[in-house]
Amino acid sequence: MKTCLVVDDSGVVRKIARRILEEMDFQITEAEDGEKALEACKRAMPDAVLLDWNMPVMDGYEFLGHLRRMPGGDRPKVVFCTTENGVDHISRALHAGANEYIMKPFDKDIVTAKFQEVGLIELTEQSPV
Amino acid sequence: MNPPDYEYLRKLLKDQSGLDLSADKQYLIESRLLPLSRKCGVPGIDDLVQKMKGGSTSIVAQVVEAMTTNETFFFRDKIPFEHFRDSIMPEMLKARAARRSIRIWCAAGSTGQEPYSLAMCLKEMGASLAGWRVDIIATDLSQEVLEKSKSGIYSQFEVQRGLPIQLLVKYFKQNGELWQISPDIRAMVQHRQLNLLHDFSQLGAFDVIFCRNVLIYFDQETKISIFGRLAKAMEPDGFLVLGAAETIVGLTDVFKPFPDKRGLYRPSGPRATTAQAAMAMPKIAAMAGR
Repeated sequence: MKTCLVVDDSGVVRKIARRILEEMDFQITEAEDGEKALEACKRAMPDAVLLDWNMPVMDGYEFLGHLRRMPGGDRPKVVFCTTENGVDHISRALHAGANEYIMKPFDKDIVTAKFQEVGLIELTEQSPV
Repeated sequence: MNPPDYEYLRKLLKDQSGLDLSADKQYLIESRLLPLSRKCGVPGIDDLVQKMKGGSTSIVAQVVEAMTTNETFFFRDKIPFEHFRDSIMPEMLKARAARRSIRIWCAAGSTGQEPYSLAMCLKEMGASLAGWRVDIIATDLSQEVLEKSKSGIYSQFEVQRGLPIQLLVKYFKQNGELWQISPDIRAMVQHRQLNLLHDFSQLGAFDVIFCRNVLIYFDQETKISIFGRLAKAMEPDGFLVLGAAETIVGLTDVFKPFPDKRGLYRPSGPRATTAQAAMAMPKIAAMAGR
């Protein structure tokens, strides 16, 4: 079973993301800020990180920088999931090593599409009607 | 919804668009026509049907449009676009080296995600297409979706389904919560209104036809007729791409499938003459082996 670390300071968002990702057969761990997310990665490197940008203590952008410099930190697929929807933010995230980017609000279809995009889940046949 | 109204709508949709609803598609009618009845200021589908029976051609047109317009997304199903990039285009670059031009038809272009996905694929091929002319013709039954396609404007929700973030940043311009595809990508796609039930020989011959997720709505006879006419609208070494849930097997042999490439087909026989292509539909259906 693949693992996904859900990083968001909102408990509601973490709960929604957990529900969507568990349906996609991911094992979920949660963190409420970048610092706690780094600790979680030191304990066990996840396969995927769903990452908010704006959080107290350490934001998602700073977390990503630290993660990519950690041993094995190049391995997880990082998908930002944030209300920051400007091209400037998206470009910065990609340069810092993010693999995909979700602009909130999001739903199951978007998470599925983005996780397919980075190869975390297989393509599913979509019914045409 | 009462059975006579359902039958009325079924028959009308069949006649006007070829849409072949089976008896269990009430949910589809409700999900598409309830929003439309609100838009038209009537309380429900029954009232909408009354207006149609009363001779409102505008409502008939809107009902046909609502029932035949489909949600789509960029790079839908992914694999057809991999076929396009890795198999179809490399072969076409060799086969058309003398002519240096390729004609592509999106036969159910809808709101533009498919033709623009192809246009982005071509842009990403870069220098290998320098000096080539590539036409992408997007047709659809619905004028409303063609207008949306022409505008190239998509919601934040639409650009997040199927479109890799790198391509969003590269080819779209942001305007608040909306994203518009760049003018040079838009310029690669020509739009035309077209009903696949009618003759389309005037479009000319194509090297590649994407005809995805539209034939599923037609009955067998109509499918066979359309396949026959598609074969005639195609170069003998061209490619036909169908949707994930569609097949030609068991219907007609005017196209043959690639054994190892799902959804990809090629004309089987010698190309029809112009005179044959101009023939009426029922006759071509008969020729297609029914």
